[in-house]
Amino acid sequence: MIASKQKIAIKGTRHGLTLQLDDQCSYKEILGELDEKLSSNNQAEDDQLINVTIQLGNRYLTQEQKDALKKVIREKQHLVVDSIESNLITKEEAKEWKKHAEVKPFVKVVRSGQVINIEGDLLLIGDVNPGGKVMATGNIFIMGSLRGIAHAGVDGDEKAVISASFMKPSQLRISDSISQAPDYETDGVYMECAYLDEKVSKILMERLQDVIKKRPDLSSFERRMLNG
Amino acid sequence: MGEAIVVTSGKGGVGKTTTTANIGTALALLGNKVCLIDTDIGLRNLDVVMGLENRIIFDLVDVVQNRIKLKQGLIPDKRFDCLQLLPAAQTSDKSELSPKRMKEIVEELKQDFDYIIIDCPAGIEQGFKNAVAGADKAVVVTNPEKSSIRDADRIIGLLEQEDMEPPKLIVNRMKNHMVKTGDMVDVDDIVNLLSIDLLGVVADDEEVIKASNIGEPVALQPNSKASLAYRNIARRILGESVPLLSLEEEQGLLAKMKRFFGIRT
Repeated sequence: MIASKQKIAIKGTRHGLTLQLDDQCSYKEILGELDEKLSSNNQAEDDQLINVTIQLGNRYLTQEQKDALKKVIREKQHLVVDSIESNLITKEEAKEWKKHAEVKPFVKVVRSGQVINIEGDLLLIGDVNPGGKVMATGNIFIMGSLRGIAHAGVDGDEKAVISASFMKPSQLRISDSISQAPDYETDGVYMECAYLDEKVSKILMERLQDVIKKRPDLSSFERRMLNG
Repeated sequence: MGEAIVVTSGKGGVGKTTTTANIGTALALLGNKVCLIDTDIGLRNLDVVMGLENRIIFDLVDVVQNRIKLKQGLIPDKRFDCLQLLPAAQTSDKSELSPKRMKEIVEELKQDFDYIIIDCPAGIEQGFKNAVAGADKAVVVTNPEKSSIRDADRIIGLLEQEDMEPPKLIVNRMKNHMVKTGDMVDVDDIVNLLSIDLLGVVADDEEVIKASNIGEPVALQPNSKASLAYRNIARRILGESVPLLSLEEEQGLLAKMKRFFGIRT
């Protein structure tokens, strides 16, 4: 009975400690027991810092509560909170995730001087004319011609790609990288896809079919959640 | 109840005023009651192209400030009774006019005329907003060159936000021999890029310059190329379906023979 009433279970893993916190009792009780438990486990001075992962289970903590929790643990010299995991998120966070994970269709010719800026993936049914600009936190897919500027992964998603039925962009931007069209006149290419190559950290263009192999998780919800 | 059409381009010098004068003249030739309005206050030209400069007594700004009645401001054309011009003021600037006032003027003119053709100033500021305010339709004029196409694209974007039909395109100053050598953008490329309907293509014709210098719109000439193009545009505005003129030059007897036998060159 007494053993099962324990509110904090400590497990050692390869990466450090995992604290599983009971999600039925009150937050105060947790803090109290945590303080008590960690104080009794005083370790030797020369130990290295130990990473701690906290698993909250079905408990939601506000940022202040999380900070307080971290502080209690941090006070015990050799423990550092690495991450806090919870099964729950707030409605706002969920909406935010969804926003970043959605493909947003637009039916429009983006003309000179016009800008589309969205969160998530952009599906443009129409053209981007020279002087026009499309921006998205995720990928950009253009059913028509891309002759203007496209900026994918605006918030820093380096895995984002830009694809168009006809590519003759004046500039491509992915995350913080920029690639300019050459100064000489080019013909433009059909059905190609631009991506950021990690090795040379440059924006490269290849056949759409080849880029899919490099970005197999292009459409997966998880990828976009993590990048959101 | 008439229809108001604004002729605009964004860029200057592509032929808005010439186009306005000629579409107006061609529509009048076809028996419509037409009123031309020059909204380029401070840089008026339409009166010069129409050859009516000497007859100006009152202007648009006089009408706007209620110094005269609208009817008194209209100048009848030398050639047609059914064609009239409301000239712009040369001494004021564009801030004299407001979109609201422009709308009222156009609405009033619509009662008496079949077509009101509004000549828009270059740019996208106040002058453009004034000119567009009263219009039901828009015609975008562009030259087959990149800078002018870019500005046309910008203007179409702005027109799409207005409460009017999708604008139509006129490609002016087309030089066919340059398209053939690949030195000029061809009409198909322009239409593809701008993705709006083509209303007509006007060849680069010296007659246009000659005609505007003597104040006789080129559309009055019986068979110059530009004249035919403008008259076709007018017929398209009236709703007829008229095929595009071939821009090809006649190339001697052989070409004529080939055409006679239906062989395409």
